[in-house]
Amino acid sequence: MRIGTARSSYRHDESLFDSRTQHGWLAVLAVALLGFPFLADEYWLYLACLVAINIASTTGLNILTGYTGLVSLGQAAFMGIGAYTVAALEQKLGTPVLLNLLAGGFVAMLGGLVVGLPSLRVKGLYLAIATIAASVVLHFVFANWHAVTGGHSGITVAPAEILGVSFDTSFRLYWLFVPITILMVLGAANLFRTRIGRAFIAIRDRDISAEVLGIPLLRYKLLSFGLSSFYAGVAGGMWAYFFRVVTPESFPLIMSIFFLAAVIVGGMGTILGAILGAIFMTMVPEALKLIVGWLPLSADATLILSPVRTIVFGALIVGFLVFEPLGLQEIWRRIRRFFHLWPFRA
Amino acid sequence: MHPGKASPILEVEGLTLSFGGIKALTDVGFEVAPGSITTVIGPNGAGKTSLFNTISGFYKPSTGRIRFQGEDITATRPPERARLGLARSFQNIALFRGMTVLDNIKLGRHAHLRTNVLDALFYFGRARHEEMKLRQEVEERIIDFLEIDHIRHMPVSVLSYGLQKRVEMARALAMRPKVLMLDEPVAGMNREETEDMARFILDVREEWGVTVLMVEHDMGMVMDLSDHVVVLNFGQVIADGTPAEVQANPEVIKAYLGSGDVSELRQRLHQPLAVGA
Repeated sequence: MRIGTARSSYRHDESLFDSRTQHGWLAVLAVALLGFPFLADEYWLYLACLVAINIASTTGLNILTGYTGLVSLGQAAFMGIGAYTVAALEQKLGTPVLLNLLAGGFVAMLGGLVVGLPSLRVKGLYLAIATIAASVVLHFVFANWHAVTGGHSGITVAPAEILGVSFDTSFRLYWLFVPITILMVLGAANLFRTRIGRAFIAIRDRDISAEVLGIPLLRYKLLSFGLSSFYAGVAGGMWAYFFRVVTPESFPLIMSIFFLAAVIVGGMGTILGAILGAIFMTMVPEALKLIVGWLPLSADATLILSPVRTIVFGALIVGFLVFEPLGLQEIWRRIRRFFHLWPFRA
Repeated sequence: MHPGKASPILEVEGLTLSFGGIKALTDVGFEVAPGSITTVIGPNGAGKTSLFNTISGFYKPSTGRIRFQGEDITATRPPERARLGLARSFQNIALFRGMTVLDNIKLGRHAHLRTNVLDALFYFGRARHEEMKLRQEVEERIIDFLEIDHIRHMPVSVLSYGLQKRVEMARALAMRPKVLMLDEPVAGMNREETEDMARFILDVREEWGVTVLMVEHDMGMVMDLSDHVVVLNFGQVIADGTPAEVQANPEVIKAYLGSGDVSELRQRLHQPLAVGA
C-alpha cells in the first residue's frame, strides 16, 4: 500500500521521483549498477554495454516517434553518422573521447535537421519512406567518401582513452557508457517537464491546434529531429568505441527497424518504455540463444532451431502489439498500481 | 459596458474567403469593443467557424483585413497571433489527449516561456524556475478559478464532455489572452453545465478584463450574456447590434425560421437563463 505521499509543494509534486519508495528503489538500482561489473563475466558485460548503447538510441527515437509522432526509419543511419564522426576524429585528430562523442552527436544532429525538413509537409508512412531514402543516401556516402570513411573497408577505431586509461574491455567501457546513457535518459525525462516536451506531445496529438496555441510547427518538428539524431549520434559514437571498426554495413536498415520496434514494444512516448523496449529487444534474442543452448539437443537440431529462435522473437513482438499495445511500461505500471492499492483492492 | 466608445480591440473588415468556387464568407465586417462579450450567431453552415478559423489564422482570406489592437494581423502566422494575445477554444474540443489536465493548461503558456533546449535537458535555473512559477500561477489563478482542482492530474481522455470544455477554456486562459475566442462553449451541455460555463465567461470578463468573442447556438445564453451580437447567414453579415436590436430584426427572424410563424422564435429568444450575475 502506498501511504504518506502527500505533497506539500509544487516543486515536490513536479519532481521526477516523488516518493520515498521510489528513492529507495533508485538506491537499489544504483547499487546494482555499481556492483554488476564486479560480478558479471565478460559476456554479460558485453551485453550490458550493448544495452546501454541501445537504450541511448531508443530514447532518442522515442523523442521523435513516441513523443512527437513522427515515424522515422533513419535512426541507424544517424548512428552511422555519429560512429563515422567519432572514428574519423579518433583516427585523424586524436581528440579527447568525450569531445568526439559530443561531436558525433552534433554532426548527426545536422543530418537529422536536413532529413527532418520534409516533415512539415509529410507525415506517417510518407515520412517513414522519406527517412528510408535518407538512410540509403547516407549509406552511399559512407561507402563512397573514401577520404573520410575509408570506403567499403571502413575505419578501425583505436580504444577510447581518457586520462591514460585505455577503455579496451567491456568492463571498462561499462563505466563510460552507463553514466553517459543515464545522463541522456535523465535529459529526456527533464525535457518532458518543460514547454519543449509539451510542445512535442501537442504536435503528436493534434498538430493544427498546437499551432493556434503558439507552437511554430516547423521549428519544433526540426528540433525533435535534431534531438533524436543527436542521441543517435552519441549512441553511434559509443558503438564505434565498442566494436572498434565502422563500415558502411554496420548500420543497416534492419537496425532502424530494431529501434522502432523497441520504442513500440516498450511503450511509445514514455521514458521507461524506451528503456524496457531496448532491454527487451537486445536481451530476448540472447535469452532464446541461451535457452536453445541448454536444451539437450544434438548439434544438427541446434542448427535447425536457430531460425526457430528468430520466429519466436518475432512472435513475441507481435504478441506484445496485440495484447499489450501500450507496451512493457504498461505492465510495469499495473504492477506498481497493484502494490499501491494492496491489500485493499486486488 | 457598451461597445463603440473605445477603439475596437479586434476589427474585421471586408473579409472574403472562398474554397474553390464556394464562398464561405463574403465581405464580412464587424468590430469587437474591448471588454465586451461579442457573439456571432447564425444558422448551420452560415460561416461562423470559418470566420473563427480565419481570425485565428488557419485560413487565408482572399480579400479583407483583420486588425488586432490596431495592428494588421492578416498576414501573421497563427503561433504569432497566439503570442499577441488571441486565444481560442474549438467546437470539437481540441485538447491533447495524451497529456494530463495540468499539462494541457501549461501548454497554453508556451509562447510566453523562454526555456530553451539546454535549460530543458538539465532542468536547472531558468527551466525549473519558470516551470515552478507557471505551476503556481496555473494552480492559483486558473485551476481554482475554473474549479477543476480535483481532476488536475487526470488524462483529459477520461473526462466528461463538460469538463473537457472547461479544461479547454483553462488552456486558453493560460495563453494570457486579450481576446478569448470560444467556439460553441456550451454546445452539447446540460442546463447546469451551461449555467456554470455562462458564469465563467462573465467572470473571465470581470476578473481578467478579457474581451470575449464567441460563437454560440444557445439563444438564451447569447441574449443574456452578449453586449453585441453579429448575425451571419450564407457567409454574410445580416445584422449587427445589441441583443435587443438583433432580436427585433426581421432579416434575422427570416434567416432562422424562413418566413413563417415568428412567435415561436420570439419565445425562444426571450427564454431567460438563470445566471447568478
